[in-house]
Amino acid sequence: MGHQIIATGRSRTGIPTGRLAVWWVIGSEIVIFGGLIATYLFNRFLHGDSFSVDAGATNTFIGAINTFWLLTSSYFVVLAHSASERRDVAATRKWIWLTILLGGFFMGFKAYEWTHEIHGGFVLIGAGNFWSFYYTATGLHGFHVLCGMVIMAIIAEKDIKNGRNWHRVENIGLYWHFVDIVWIFLFPLMYIAK
Amino acid sequence: MAGDSHPSYGKIYIWLLVLFVISVAGPEIAEIAGMEGASRVILVLTTAFGIALVKAYMVLAYFMHLKFEKIYAPYILLACTSLLFVFFFGTATDVMKPEGHNWNKDFDESAVKTEAVERVERAKKIFAGELDPHAEDDHGDHDH
Repeated sequence: MGHQIIATGRSRTGIPTGRLAVWWVIGSEIVIFGGLIATYLFNRFLHGDSFSVDAGATNTFIGAINTFWLLTSSYFVVLAHSASERRDVAATRKWIWLTILLGGFFMGFKAYEWTHEIHGGFVLIGAGNFWSFYYTATGLHGFHVLCGMVIMAIIAEKDIKNGRNWHRVENIGLYWHFVDIVWIFLFPLMYIAK
Repeated sequence: MAGDSHPSYGKIYIWLLVLFVISVAGPEIAEIAGMEGASRVILVLTTAFGIALVKAYMVLAYFMHLKFEKIYAPYILLACTSLLFVFFFGTATDVMKPEGHNWNKDFDESAVKTEAVERVERAKKIFAGELDPHAEDDHGDHDH
């Protein structure tokens, strides 16, 4: 049995309560990631020379490939949403699982990248300001990707498979797109602007 | 949200890929062409960060349907983004100063850069297999 959405009928905004809650989550995430990026920018402006040297050591190719995975996964999750509006169980699950797969590719490349960098001496703690920001920002972002993957798997297997709670596909899609947007900004900051 | 005209998701995705390629190519061209100074800064800022803004807008507007969402959702995002700008510019005036009433920027910027250059050179040697990262060397994890 699916959850009955009691609060939806009480929404004054005209936005279903679950979706409204996700917008608020995204609002708070803007401040979390934005605060981190703002602090990074302060340091980048203050220590531009040393930051440029360290940023020159990040792997632009892997960063670009990871951008491609996330952009494509954003497309897939919007197709999942589209399928969910048609109440198409098979298509919705297929697109959700393909999104999870690309999230897995992203995490795999990220894991390889981190391992490679740590092996090269850019250790997690003590390798300088740039690397502290790099690991904190990409780590926090990676954690969000992982959470999104887990939530999507639960939605695909517990809700959509049983033909219930269809609105959750759109809600997790909104979250996933936001995670993509964060990467859209992290990529030039950490990988391109050398 | 129903009834609004919406461009196809496929087209938006293709546009995002095109913009992504430009955002990577711009700074690479600046690097290959050996551009320096203002022209380099303008090219990198426009292609890397300008296009990032356009990509973020496209994802927000069309994939997240913000363009077709009730007005409260953009209000929430705008309020949070505005707060962020208040934090940033409210503190930037002091943070960006080289010194203040209670603090001094008492580190040597050139020494910090030298450390970064040594760190990166060491990593390049490790990646090339010329240096064993576990072996003790002059550029190890010692304090400088």
